[in-house]
Amino acid sequence: MIRIPCPFCGTRDHSEFTYGGDASITYPALDAPKEEWHDAVFLRDNICGPQLETWHHVHGCRMWLVIERDTMTHEIMSVRPANPKLSALFEDNSEADQ
Amino acid sequence: MTRFSAWTVFWNGLTGQKGWGRQWRDPEPKSHYDVVIVGGGLHGLATAYYLAKNHGVTNIAVLEKGWLGGGNAGRNTTIVRSNYGRPGNREFYEESLRLWENLSHDLNYNVMFSQRSHIALLHSPGAIDAAARNYNTMRLTGTPDAEIWDLPTLKREVPHLNYSATARFPIMGAAVQKRAGTARHDAVAWGYARGADQLGVDILQQCEVTGVKRTEDTVTELETSRGPITAGKVAFAVAGNTSRLWTMAGLGRLPIESHKLQAFVSEPLKPLLDQVVVFGVGGAHFYISQSDKGGMVFGGDLDWYKSYAQRGNLPMVQDGCEAAMSILPCLGRVKLLRHWSGVVDMSMDGTHFICKTPLSNLYLNAGWNYGGFKASPASGWYFADLIANDRPHERIQSFDLKRFERGIQIDERGAGPDPKLHG
Repeated sequence: MIRIPCPFCGTRDHSEFTYGGDASITYPALDAPKEEWHDAVFLRDNICGPQLETWHHVHGCRMWLVIERDTMTHEIMSVRPANPKLSALFEDNSEADQ
Repeated sequence: MTRFSAWTVFWNGLTGQKGWGRQWRDPEPKSHYDVVIVGGGLHGLATAYYLAKNHGVTNIAVLEKGWLGGGNAGRNTTIVRSNYGRPGNREFYEESLRLWENLSHDLNYNVMFSQRSHIALLHSPGAIDAAARNYNTMRLTGTPDAEIWDLPTLKREVPHLNYSATARFPIMGAAVQKRAGTARHDAVAWGYARGADQLGVDILQQCEVTGVKRTEDTVTELETSRGPITAGKVAFAVAGNTSRLWTMAGLGRLPIESHKLQAFVSEPLKPLLDQVVVFGVGGAHFYISQSDKGGMVFGGDLDWYKSYAQRGNLPMVQDGCEAAMSILPCLGRVKLLRHWSGVVDMSMDGTHFICKTPLSNLYLNAGWNYGGFKASPASGWYFADLIANDRPHERIQSFDLKRFERGIQIDERGAGPDPKLHG
């Protein structure tokens, strides 16, 4: 069992979450050439080691998270909300705490 | 090399079983081979065997980073079937099943292929209609043994299932392929290894590829843990780790993610289940058969997150056992003996790749998703054909990396470009 420290709910079993996928993908503009769309939709880095990925806390706060996790050891390096504004808020708070 | 026959078994029985030698050599790597196949799993070994047998290429090395049969060859549920629906797939897997039917004779090695029927349970009139459509398509495209069974037939043939009318998903019938079944996974690896070795192929175990040297459009040399090896042609057959090797060759990204799939075996029981039974409804995904040793061999879904670790997680153990209990409640007191996990290439449409690559002397065999075991004979057969003739046989033309660019996906489940959903 992977234990995921959800920023909203605390540390929970991974079975409360669903795995989204590679969080490093940025989708091109809607009118971008179809080759760019092909690359974004179909190609993956498929990293063996730390990678950014999305998880959905579907049986908890229902927030989407971006997690840095090692795909070989399953160790989790960092967790933040996927929403950039929320994520920035969390960073401000943690700086204030320090 | 001893050729196995009833006579050699009889003779060795009388002479203290002393006449059996090594089944394949353990050679030192040469500095150059005509063809180097990276990956000594079922697909790599089958490729080497058919390259030597069908195409007369014998200066071949198969590089295996671990030991034979230690990767996904030893981490599956050994099910062989050809009940596929999409054009391309169904012909390919039917071809594979035909090779399975003669494999023990061809290899002179008993792969214990047991055509015990593959029974997919159906739980609603809609599911029966959909299965009838699929299985009719199979009958029209060269798979003659597809049948739909009604409930009385199913009860007669497989008496121990949970036929309760009050079950969450009562059983209403089954889609059956009678020539499908199971095989002994180790024996397939060993049989192909022995067959290839007899034809002169060097099988190099504990030989991991650590680097790929190349020019603009060719692979020139492989750096391995047992020294550098140059090759005329290089073939990758390393499902699970394809992306790592691809990156090593500097070729960028692939339409593949590595996920892990678990399987389980119980303590041995007396004969209980004569067929492969599949249960897939309402989110469950479960397949079970009984091995020749008596263990109940079963499996289910992926672990749901990307991983290169060859170890499974506990929620899926629970999932598998829950499904077992809902379909075969008689297993309630049976102990689980072992569970294992293999890393599989999940591709973007759930279908594999046997194709040429951007490099002129590099060939790719990858992306086997859940289905690599059953495919191994045909995969080896056509991959060998591709390497020998440097052009894809018409049977494998659709299994290339460019199909997504052409807007063509061979998506059996209709799940879309999300690798984890192609189970």
